Amino acid sequence: MTTATTEHAAPAQWRRRAPRTELLVFGAWVFALAFVSWCFQVMTAETIWSFVTDAPKQAADIGGRMIPPDWGFTRELLWPLWETLNIATLGTLIGIVIATPVAFLAARNTTPSALFVRPIALLIIVASRSINSLIWALLLVAIVGPGPLAGVFAIALRSIGFIGKLLYEAIEEIDETQVEAIDSTGAAPAQVMAYGIVPQVAPTLAGISVFRWDINIRESTVLGLVGAGGIGVKLEAALSVLAWPKVTMLLIVILATVVVSEWISARVRQKLL
Amino acid sequence: MLAIEGLTKRYSTGDLALKGVTLTVAAGEVLGLIGPSGAGKSTLIRCVNRLVEPTSGTIRLDGVDLAALRGARLRAARRQIGMIFQEYALVERLTVMENLLSGRLGYTGFWASWFRRFPATDILRAYELLSRVGLAGMENKRADALSGGQRQRVGIARALMQDPKLLLVDEPTASLDPKTSRQIMRLILDLCRERGLAAIVNIHDVVLATEFLPRIVGLRAGEVVFDGPAAEVDRAVLTRIYGDEDWTAITQRLASQRERRDRDFETELEAEAA
Repeated sequence: MTTATTEHAAPAQWRRRAPRTELLVFGAWVFALAFVSWCFQVMTAETIWSFVTDAPKQAADIGGRMIPPDWGFTRELLWPLWETLNIATLGTLIGIVIATPVAFLAARNTTPSALFVRPIALLIIVASRSINSLIWALLLVAIVGPGPLAGVFAIALRSIGFIGKLLYEAIEEIDETQVEAIDSTGAAPAQVMAYGIVPQVAPTLAGISVFRWDINIRESTVLGLVGAGGIGVKLEAALSVLAWPKVTMLLIVILATVVVSEWISARVRQKLL
Repeated sequence: MLAIEGLTKRYSTGDLALKGVTLTVAAGEVLGLIGPSGAGKSTLIRCVNRLVEPTSGTIRLDGVDLAALRGARLRAARRQIGMIFQEYALVERLTVMENLLSGRLGYTGFWASWFRRFPATDILRAYELLSRVGLAGMENKRADALSGGQRQRVGIARALMQDPKLLLVDEPTASLDPKTSRQIMRLILDLCRERGLAAIVNIHDVVLATEFLPRIVGLRAGEVVFDGPAAEVDRAVLTRIYGDEDWTAITQRLASQRERRDRDFETELEAEAA
């Protein structure tokens, strides 16, 4: 026992890092601090500070004009709100219909050709995802004209990438032995998909779709800002004439809608998974 | 009926899993394939229904070379070969009935199968098989609600729905407790006898294998090193298949198993004589 302790003589102290590393870490912190302060200077070079110091007063001023909300305005908002919900729901449905086949073409285990088809499917997904709904809406208002139709297409185009990406990842993670079992019965490829793969990803697809629908309700509330229909049109109008009580009312209605849709989405997904 | 000749399989990693395996199975014959992990047992039976692509060799089922088939003709051949899996491989989110009917996919058109509109004969057959495997009344349960033994019964029934000539059975009992294992082995063997099916059964448990399977094939490192009646499996054979080890415990159990069988046979003869 005594020999063991002398062989592995325990040092009196222990440090997490060697002294050299300690110095390097300290140096890195000093550099990071210096870098942040330099960035702040660049960022605020053109700032007019009197405006910034004035900000609380301005905010309080607008806040005062926003209260009380124009409750009577609610009646005028019901139709645009209904339109917004329809834009989101229809757009999500079209997105699901297009995204599902795209996901099967993009998933490594179901694509007919990893060399030719898969890259095209992935490109569709990336293109859809990299462009924000509002930008899709700007383009579509120019193409199909202003109104809810442009909004529906904008939501659909943005949803393809979202649903497509999450679905193809789910397809790639399925249990392959279930697929093998169906394969070994002599089933045709379409039947292998219907019996071996679809049951495995159906709950995921439903969950993704409800989640996207909830996001789409939020996104479709602002589409009106560029003329693509829905409650955003009213928001744009109210903002441009500085009708602050109406703006407040609009924000309350949007908030309530989003809260409800998020609650529905959370409940449905909880039930599914 | 099944004649495998010179079957080799080299995986893309370069591993040679099968080195020229030659094996014949007569109609209605049931054999146990034993061997250490990695010997190529799974690869061998998966080559037969082409879940694994053989590198070279022929696999003749009633004269048709399965190794050369493609597309629709391969699918038609697969209908004659039922497979039972170690982890059951049921479609977990489908009902027991849907899992059984999936055994008929090779005989059914796409839309009929999509809308679950299977011929009445298939439905009748499914109900018959369900009660035969002891799951009567379970048709509307979801597969993931069943216990291991029940799932394997569904797996067996699904394979039999195909009306196969040959069963490929991959470690049917490896995920089951000892009692359920024996029940499942007995069920598979009884069904093979009733229907005159040939079967290749991959199995780890030597004692279980020699008890239920009359013919044993030993595979080691991709080669057949033993092929004979279960009664011939002894210390030397086990060493040839698995390598050196103290086999006393197992050989003792094999010996007592044989004694018991002989005794049963004698009492049977006496009973007949009396």
